[in-house]
Amino acid sequence: MLKQMDGSLAVARAVALCRPEVIGAYPITPQTHIVEGIGEMVKAGELENCEFINVESEFAALGVCIGASATGARTYTATASQGLLYMAEAVYNASGLGLPIVMTIGNRSIGAPINIWNDHTDAMSMRDAGWIQLYVETNQKAVDVHIQAFRLAELLSCPVMVCMDGFILTHAYERIDVPEQEQVDRFLPSFEPVQALDPDSPMSIGAMVGPEAFTEVRYLAHHKQLRALELIPAINEEFKNIFGRDSGGLIKTYRAEDAETIVVAMGSVIGTIKDVVDELREEGVKIGVLAIRSFRPFPASCLREALRDAKRIIVIEKSFALGMGGIVSTNLRTALGNSTTPICSVVAGLGGRAITRRSLHNLFRKARKDELRGTYFLDLDCAVVKRELAREREKRRSGSTAENILKDVGVVDAANPF
Amino acid sequence: MSNQQIKFYQTGTLTVGNRLLDKAQRSVQATPDRSNSLDSGHRACQGCGEALGARFAIDAAMRATGNKLIAANATGCLEVFTTPYPESAWRIPWIHSLFGNAPAVATGVAAALKAKGKTDVRVIAQGGDGGTTDIGFGCLSGMFDRNDDVLYICYDNQAYMNTGVQRSSATPPGARTATTMPVGPEPGNDMGTGKFLPVIAMAHGIPYVATASVHDLHDLEHKVTKAMGMRGSRYIQILVPCPLGWGLATHETIKAARLAVECGLWPLFEAENGQITNARKIRRGIPVTEYLKIQKRFAHLMKKGAEERVGMIQAIADENIRKFGLTVHGA
Repeated sequence: MLKQMDGSLAVARAVALCRPEVIGAYPITPQTHIVEGIGEMVKAGELENCEFINVESEFAALGVCIGASATGARTYTATASQGLLYMAEAVYNASGLGLPIVMTIGNRSIGAPINIWNDHTDAMSMRDAGWIQLYVETNQKAVDVHIQAFRLAELLSCPVMVCMDGFILTHAYERIDVPEQEQVDRFLPSFEPVQALDPDSPMSIGAMVGPEAFTEVRYLAHHKQLRALELIPAINEEFKNIFGRDSGGLIKTYRAEDAETIVVAMGSVIGTIKDVVDELREEGVKIGVLAIRSFRPFPASCLREALRDAKRIIVIEKSFALGMGGIVSTNLRTALGNSTTPICSVVAGLGGRAITRRSLHNLFRKARKDELRGTYFLDLDCAVVKRELAREREKRRSGSTAENILKDVGVVDAANPF
Repeated sequence: MSNQQIKFYQTGTLTVGNRLLDKAQRSVQATPDRSNSLDSGHRACQGCGEALGARFAIDAAMRATGNKLIAANATGCLEVFTTPYPESAWRIPWIHSLFGNAPAVATGVAAALKAKGKTDVRVIAQGGDGGTTDIGFGCLSGMFDRNDDVLYICYDNQAYMNTGVQRSSATPPGARTATTMPVGPEPGNDMGTGKFLPVIAMAHGIPYVATASVHDLHDLEHKVTKAMGMRGSRYIQILVPCPLGWGLATHETIKAARLAVECGLWPLFEAENGQITNARKIRRGIPVTEYLKIQKRFAHLMKKGAEERVGMIQAIADENIRKFGLTVHGA
């Protein structure tokens, strides 16, 4: 059924269709609308046998999910940014205990300086926590991938994060094809846990493991991720058969068959890149797009195959490892092994800065002239950076860097700041 | 005192009186059909108060719930000494997640049971004083606030024993720990206000709060049984002396627990919905020095010049006796 709604409510509806039994709810921008939406549905009695727990922190939210999932309930929560960091310890535990929790991340930057807008720094901080990480480009995909996420999580006994860009997707109103309950029921059977806390069959979950077995446990967790590389496309196929839409998969290419330049990215920015690629294709430029949808597991062999004939690769990423460079590009380099194709890492859209078509046109022009090297920061105001570095050299000043920058760019009056 | 007396107190009224009591009143441990939830063969130290307290508490809860019990366990000695993979001393469904979130995990277990309509299965969360009064305090308060259907048991040995005896917020004033050494002008732990969590739990207005001690296991069983007869959030804090951390002889665990109660430093009481309903009177009061002197963690207070600080501890005991009304009328 087609409906106009924002991304968060669309996800709330999708999760509700999956018949969750326990939901841990704690608010954080830009995730709030999701738990609000589900809360409303639970309160209105639209969800049968569903416990909606308002908790006191994200740490408790995932704690509740761990307890519930270990007791055999289908479990869901959502968070973002600082919230994800606050639950970090439990994030590792949920995967270590093999609990198929599904969690939405409304991707957002991490402070300081505090910033509520979108980038991928939050999810990247948990990239090695043993969760599956799926990135979506649109709200329709957010809906569809959530439904697939429960299937995947429960088949693997492994938690899954669905990462959707904060505000850009969570707060964007779009026309959504909301699946029918009957379709979802056909696709997603009820949760049959491989382990459950049950007085009729007692077991200890979460025992202490020493050096004699810890490596094996971690290896098996890695193996689980590798198995997901097969399951994700298979589940996507099944989804397509029932819902008539291709929405998951490990990667997705666009006009990449004969492309000399391939732009790799994740999340909502794919839409803008596709527009620019369409414009450049009309000019005869051989350029294409590759969307990474599963970041964990990282689909190395798919990427090798898809990028085999590219002459250059541009990775546009909304996060980076300070002191190192782009994270996605680093992963990609490892995946491509001995390939000599040059990879340029473009850090863009940090803290919600818009990634415009104009900037992308300029960027791709530079790339075609082979002027891009190493890590490149899109739309970086070099004058501001130089001025701040000079100021630091000349005299140490009190006040934050951000404050100085705002004065310099004229957002606040330097003589009368506030 | 004679050995006989200690023996009496070690096992409490339960063994000596067991044969004479009604079947229903007999200790769970005295019955051949006890669940033995925490099985033998675990790796607790000799004389561990926590192992004893946990066995009695969980077995009592098992009997009260018809063996339909699930436990969430915070990180700590109890978790470590019972579950070194591939072994487990637990014969009940048991989950360990993290140090700080046992109450939240228990909430999740309870929520899942409710969603599945398994209302007969009940939930216990347990942790040490560090996991309860410090790192898990936020989650515990949240659980109380929501009045989730969980009994939380805190095994209070008054420091972080699992990591080598560091101060927790339940460490008593003056006590030596690895982070509050017996040096300087004010040796041992600061004479601050400390956290007495049972009173903080009461302030949440939850259905049931109680303190217990391993020197009176019959009382402990009674309180756990009573708690499991109720719904909503319940909290029991059990004093479980740690021979290692307290500097006690391993056979003096029970004695130390008893002396803590008799001197007034560990008041035994019950509270319902935020109001105290029952406090155990002290029949034979003793000065706090009787309790302090058998423990190496207070050895520095037994030296000359520490009288003032011992006096401050005595004042705390006196205040407990007054506040909780522990004096036998007319005594």
